[in-house]
This record gives sequence, C-alpha cells and structure tokens, in this order.
Amino acid sequence: MATEISIPDSAAKAARARGELVESTSEAEHEYGSEKMDLSMGPSHPSTHGVLRLQLQIDGEIVTKCDPVVGYLHRGDEKIAENMTYNQFVPYTDRLDYLAPLANNMAYAIAVEKLAHLEVPPRCQAIRVITAEMARISSHMMGLGAFGLDVGAWTVLVLSLNQREFLYKLFEELTGARFTTSYTRIGGVTRDIPDGWLGNVEKFCDQFLPALEELLSLLTRNKIFHDRTVGVGVISKADALAYGLTGPNLRGSGVPLDLRKDKPYSGYEQYEFDVPVGTKGDSYDRYLVRGEEMRQSVRIIRQVIKTMPAGDWFAKDAVKIFAPRKEKVLTSMEELINNFMITTEGPQMPPGEVYFEAENPKGILGFYVVSKGGGVPWRLKIRSPSFCNLSIVPKICTGILISDVVAILGSFDFVMGECDR
Amino acid sequence: MTAPVAAKTALKEKFPQVTDRLSADHDAVNVPVGEVVAVLKYLRDEFAFDLLMDLTAIDWAEGASPRFTVVYHLFSSVNLGYIRVATDCASNDEPTAPSVVELWPAANWHERECYDLLGVKFTAHPDLRRILMWDGYPYHPLRKDFPLAGIEVPLPDAEISAETGVAAIAVPMMGGPFVASPGEMNLTEAEPRAKDESWSDRDARPDQTALKQLKS
Repeated sequence: MATEISIPDSAAKAARARGELVESTSEAEHEYGSEKMDLSMGPSHPSTHGVLRLQLQIDGEIVTKCDPVVGYLHRGDEKIAENMTYNQFVPYTDRLDYLAPLANNMAYAIAVEKLAHLEVPPRCQAIRVITAEMARISSHMMGLGAFGLDVGAWTVLVLSLNQREFLYKLFEELTGARFTTSYTRIGGVTRDIPDGWLGNVEKFCDQFLPALEELLSLLTRNKIFHDRTVGVGVISKADALAYGLTGPNLRGSGVPLDLRKDKPYSGYEQYEFDVPVGTKGDSYDRYLVRGEEMRQSVRIIRQVIKTMPAGDWFAKDAVKIFAPRKEKVLTSMEELINNFMITTEGPQMPPGEVYFEAENPKGILGFYVVSKGGGVPWRLKIRSPSFCNLSIVPKICTGILISDVVAILGSFDFVMGECDR
Repeated sequence: MTAPVAAKTALKEKFPQVTDRLSADHDAVNVPVGEVVAVLKYLRDEFAFDLLMDLTAIDWAEGASPRFTVVYHLFSSVNLGYIRVATDCASNDEPTAPSVVELWPAANWHERECYDLLGVKFTAHPDLRRILMWDGYPYHPLRKDFPLAGIEVPLPDAEISAETGVAAIAVPMMGGPFVASPGEMNLTEAEPRAKDESWSDRDARPDQTALKQLKS
C-alpha cells in the first residue's frame, strides 16, 4: 500500500510558477520535464543490510513514494519444513536470523516441545537462556555497528565486531560452530556445557560492560549521530501496534511488551531484568533501547551462571524424540533401534497445532506448527519479526529525505534471511 | 478466569455460529468465513486483542474439503493472552477470504504472502500483489500439489528477453538437493557446473586428443 505524496514547493514547481520552466507537451516531457524520478535502492546496497530493495520515487531529495520489494532471499523454508522430520529442520532455523541462530534454535525447539507436551529439565532451560542472551548481545552488536556505519560512524562497527569475535569463540567452544550453531534439539541441547565454559562467559561479561560503555559513548552524545537520528522515523504507539511491530522497534515507541517478562518461557521468570522503553519512537530511541537491552542481557547471563542448576541437559522421558548418545547406540540394542527410528522416521508427534512465540533479538519470532501426527509437520509457518517490522516502511519512509531512509533502515535492524525465509 | 477464556465465551454468545477448535495450547475458535471480520473486530475492540501476530493459511491437501483454512493469531498486549481464529474458505479451487487490512495494517503483508504462497485471494485487499515470488510467477508454491523440486519457469524479466531475443530460462535445478527425478536432459548438459562425464581414463578428454597425438 505504497501511497504517493506530492511535494508542494520543489524547485521545478517554483521555476514553473516563475515562468522559467517551459512546459513541453511532446514525448520529451517524460524525459526532461518530469519532476519525479524512480530510484531503485538495493537489492545490493550497503545500507539495506542484505537484499532488501526499496523502489523509491523521489522529488529532488524528498521521497514521495516508497515500495519495499522483498523476497530476493526466499528459499521456501516453510515448504522444506513440510518435507523433512522435525529434527532435520533445526539447521534451517539457523538461517532465519543468522545473526542470532541460537535464539532461533531455541524458539523452534520450544514450539515443537509444546506440541509433544514435553518438559525439559531446568539445566537445559538455563543453558538455552544463556545462549539466547549471548545471541541477543551478538545480534544487537551487529545491529548497532551497522547502524553506526550507515550514519557515518565507522569506529563503532570495528569495536562491535571485536566483541562478536569473543562471542563466536564462546559459541565455538560450546557448539562446535561459530555461525550456524544448530545447538538445540527437540527435548534438549546437543551437548552439555564444557568444563570452564561458564568461567569464560563470566570473563567475557567482565570485559564486555566497559567495552559496551565505550562503544555507546561514541554515539549517545555524538552531535552528528543526534542530527541524523533524533526525530527521524518517528513511529507512534498506535502505529507500532497496528503494524505488528515487535522487539526493540515496538519498545522504542513506548510499548513495554517483552515476552520474556509477559509470557515467560524457558524459565525467564526466575531472572531479574528491566525492559527498556523509548519515549518518542524515533530512530534514536530504538538505538537507546538496544543499548540498554545488552546491559540487561549481561545481567541475565550473570544470574544464570550463578544459579546454573545441575542435572540433565535433555529430557529423560523423550526417548522417542531425543536421539540417544552415541556410546549408548553402539552398546545397547534398544537404543540402536530408537536411534534408527528417530533418524529415519523422525520424532513421532501427536496430531494438533501449536503457536509459540519467543522474544528474539529482532522481535517476536513465532512458529505455528500443524501436525497430523508422525515425524513430519503438515504445515510450519514462521512468523518472522523482520518481515512484520519492514511492513511499516512504506508509511514512515514517505515525505522524508533519502538520507533519512538510510538512518531509518539502520535503526530497524532487520535481517533479510528471516524476512524472506 | 483469564481474558481469552472470557473472550471465547462472550464470543460464542454473540456469534452463535462460532464453534470451539481443537487446540493444544491457546484458545481457539472456528468461525464461518462470512463472519470473520466482525468476529475479529469484536475481539479487537472489546477484548483488547490489539496485535495481529500472525495470519496464514493451511492447505489440507488436494481433494480435501474444505481445502484451505485461514488462521489468525491475535495477542493482547493488555491481557497478555493469545487467541486463534480459524476460518474455512468456501471454495476449494478459488479460495477467498475477506481482508482485515482495515482492522490491522499489519495484515497487508501477511495477506500478500498468503496469496503469493497459497493462492488464497483476500477480497477488498488494497494491493494484492505477490510479495516473496516475483510478479507474474504462475504457481503458488506452498500448495500441496506443488512439487518440492519446483517447476521450471521462464525468468521474470520478459523485458530482458525481448531485448536480447533469447528466451530466458531459469538456472536448471538439476543437482540440487531436492531433485527427485533426474529429468530428460543429461547432467552435463543441464548443469554446466557438474562434473564433465564425457571423458574418462579410457576415453581421452575431447580437447586433449590432439595433444596426445602430438606427443606420440
């Protein structure tokens, strides 16, 4: 619904009013006399963070129409999900929001566990919380770095990538992969946390907070950053709700909705943290919300480390769902059969439908799973936050300067892998 | 009593045709397709379901009747509860449902996606174009009768094709991870990046025959 607006006092119109611009009725009018220009921003544009394309119509420097074109990264994840077992789909969730794969893994696993009426033990929940919060820091770090880059602050990106490197090292120690982790399984996680890992996370937190303050101090009181973001891309509370915005973009507009607090899952209710909200709903507020969220994530991580429960890291009663450990497969006939059945036919699920949403770094990620029984979902719908957040772009990117479009996109912090699925 | 339960009871009193829907988690109702806009408006205005979280459709396979079901997930940021509203599309061949863009602008992109991937037409939608696939794409890929391997179609850019005078054919899907049948073309012909099997240790590679003769 990209509506077109007209600018009252553009240079060409002023010239025409003064009689300086000669109107032509020939075909040349289309070439030279037209005031508006079409500009395709993207799909390969540094500020569109992937392959978003904005079909802009501009009058001078002012955007008169904005039509986002998405789908360049569409891989048909939902179709693929209908053709493979529940366990096989876990790696595909890495590729949704590829800046926070651990959080996606967890959201998907909990959705399917709800379908199977499966309770995971407290240790597994705590491990998932700690990884999800680390993923949040990693994602927000990239978001802020890219935002800074978009509005001309290069240093921020370098500092944030530094911190992400530390995080990747920790992810690698835990999961064996830096980027596409595929860490959770339905009914547990792939492996327990290694010895000394929690100490390393603690060390990371200790050095991260001062580094974060340094990073934020480059932007928070920066005059250029203020000029580019304060009052730019204001989204009202009502609009944010009506367009289904979630995550920092919704909270930046002053709605204190955070599912970790409001619909706690995976044991989030045990931890103490605050939900930051903005007051004006402009790009600057969205930036502030993300900065504060990272501090709160560190708070959560420290509490989890302090209260990390002992015990199992996978659901013991999930024998027909959670694949047995390798040494058991090689020594016990029963476990070998289980492993074979889980691998070939998938974990058997009861018929029914569930909808689960988790508070991901980018917003609320939802999985709607429809099962007819068996090891393969009948329909799996992914409600991706970036897709919903981007749907407000035609509304707020009309009537502003082109340079502000860049600032707004930066403040939205979207990922096209998740938007296009 | 939580808000969604109250909403469900009140809803069934006000709209007698609304029935319970089996659900493993949230409250869920089945609504006749004609009443869905009124029901959703009632839920939004009276029970503060202010967020349309998700809108999608399910294809219950070819030959099933009703074949398409449109599902709405609402969330209330005030009462913190979900409700699932489902409605069966009347026609199995030309499924339609009323658009709810008037109620939530968020429905705009969701409905476009639903139309794009499943072919459910939303009446009174202001701008029902494809969103993930390109304009002019002939199929609805999430339907159950659409094969996983895909169907080859000409490239979207008819303009480029007209300019160059060459029919634009999409990159062959041979060799992809989901191709079930090998098709009629051989692999070398269809997939230029695949290993060239026209030569082996017995038959010399065509461009090196001349070289061999020279050496001997």
